[in-house]
Amino acid sequence: MLSVAIRHHFPTFTLDAAFEAPPGVTALFGRSGSGKTSIVNAVAGLMRPDAGRIEMDGRLLSDSGTGHFLPPHRRGMGYVFQEARLFPHLTVRQNLLYGGWFSGRRDRAGFSRIVEMLGIGHLLTRRPVALSGGERQRVALGRAILSDPRLLLMDEPLAALDEARKAEILPYLERLRDETGLPILYVSHAPAEIARLATNIVLVEGGRVIGAGPAARILSDPAIAPVLGLRETGAIITARIEAHEADGLTRLGTATGTIFLPHVEAPPRSVMRLRILAQDVMIALDRPERISALNVLPAVVRDLTETDIGMLVRLDAGGEAMLARITRRSASALALEPGKPVHAVLKAVSLAPGSIGGAESGGSTLP
Amino acid sequence: MNDWLSPDEWQAVALSLRVSAVAVLASLPFALLVAHALARWRFPGRGLLNVLVHLPLVLPPVVTGYLLLLTFGRRGLVGQFLDQQLGMVFAFRWTGAALAAAIMGFPLMVRAIRLAIEAVDPRLEQAASTLGAHRIWVFATITLPLILPGILAGTVLGFAKAFGEFGATITFVSNIPGQTQTLPLAIYTFLQVPGGEASALRLVLVAVAIATGALLLSEWLARAVARRIGGR
Repeated sequence: MLSVAIRHHFPTFTLDAAFEAPPGVTALFGRSGSGKTSIVNAVAGLMRPDAGRIEMDGRLLSDSGTGHFLPPHRRGMGYVFQEARLFPHLTVRQNLLYGGWFSGRRDRAGFSRIVEMLGIGHLLTRRPVALSGGERQRVALGRAILSDPRLLLMDEPLAALDEARKAEILPYLERLRDETGLPILYVSHAPAEIARLATNIVLVEGGRVIGAGPAARILSDPAIAPVLGLRETGAIITARIEAHEADGLTRLGTATGTIFLPHVEAPPRSVMRLRILAQDVMIALDRPERISALNVLPAVVRDLTETDIGMLVRLDAGGEAMLARITRRSASALALEPGKPVHAVLKAVSLAPGSIGGAESGGSTLP
Repeated sequence: MNDWLSPDEWQAVALSLRVSAVAVLASLPFALLVAHALARWRFPGRGLLNVLVHLPLVLPPVVTGYLLLLTFGRRGLVGQFLDQQLGMVFAFRWTGAALAAAIMGFPLMVRAIRLAIEAVDPRLEQAASTLGAHRIWVFATITLPLILPGILAGTVLGFAKAFGEFGATITFVSNIPGQTQTLPLAIYTFLQVPGGEASALRLVLVAVAIATGALLLSEWLARAVARRIGGR
């Protein structure tokens, strides 16, 4: 468990952030310039905050009260920077082993496992200049993991990459989360990335923490919708693949009913995260018959919130939260109020494979 | 070689090589420290240090030589102390010639090394520290390898400058054959005596060869810096 409570004055703004990051992937989420990178730098020891305390698993990293400040090389933080920052004069193999030179640990099995997991075995003898952007970032990731860190810090590791490269790396990040159990502090301003990876979310705005909690709860909180923007507001729910059907659709079970998706590339019984954007959810009072949308889930209205981007209805779908964005007129026409049973109609397109995450966190760790 | 150069001429060449090599090797650690300080540290007196280091480059060499004589001569403040406490004498010895050569070559070495250090991305050093490397190890494993070509280029330039040093040397340690008569001083001396032109010309050729070689080497090393930092 990482606990941070720091204050620092910059020429243009003041950082005043306090949060705790339980095991799993904690996403620091907010607009560019909101202070996310400064927080991560303070945790890594690359920046010394004016005031405050940082603690990791009961180990004090810095405390302005006593003047205690652990230098970066003794913190055991694996840092993956936005630009890979590979050492240009070393080969990929030497870059990967760099952290091991100082921890004194030579874990051959660990090395080959990480190299295999990241798919960088064929790059070992190359120099960084001969790598593509995606390859560089994978090597940087491997280098950080192989330094045997207590916590992995990632500062927008995908921001410098194009969509294709992002898609290339995201699965590795998911495997990392699910297979190593290494706690991760992940900085991003891309909601899709967060929805896919995060188990916890810390919302940062203007140098302050404006919300923190489990990803599913934070993402379905109407209060944070303005931060995400209309196009990105949406809840995540957990689903489990039940079967691949003959007509090419995949049947998934959720807490509140069955969902059909275009073929999902995963074996039955895999657990997935589905991201359902609020603008892709319609609300019907009666179960609609003879409708093209395949996915209609029973739900109960939990609350309604008036926001800049319209009326947000939070639904309780078998214990999981879902958001729907409707107009004020529809809300009054349907006489929506907390406790009212409704049906959520999901447009099939909203469940495109791109928004599907991997297995639920806290999954198995490798032997 | 020994047939081509007379013993006197050969003595001057050998002395010059020894003086320049000692000058460069002894001043290299200081040049590295000063270059690093100027490139990376912010401290009071940084501007003054910068001026001081570059002063021998712009002062008339005779002035530098005279200041050395005042400071490191037997009656000089530092010279007297070194003589009495450590038995070290610079005045009118080859070590004095080496000191003069070192002072004159120092700005060139510092400049080359400083440029190389400034070209190293400090974010690489940060990355190394998060991977568990102490500052000293960061310098040894990241900074030093990346600036190595710059260090070599600076060393070559400093060597060439030391090799050609005249004014400060003759003012500080005079012109004693076998002791302080380096190659440029020997050329000057041969030109003062009748029939010395042939000797002078031979030494001039040696000087041209060494200077050209040093320049070519330094150019080649400078390109290697760019390649290495760019990542080959």
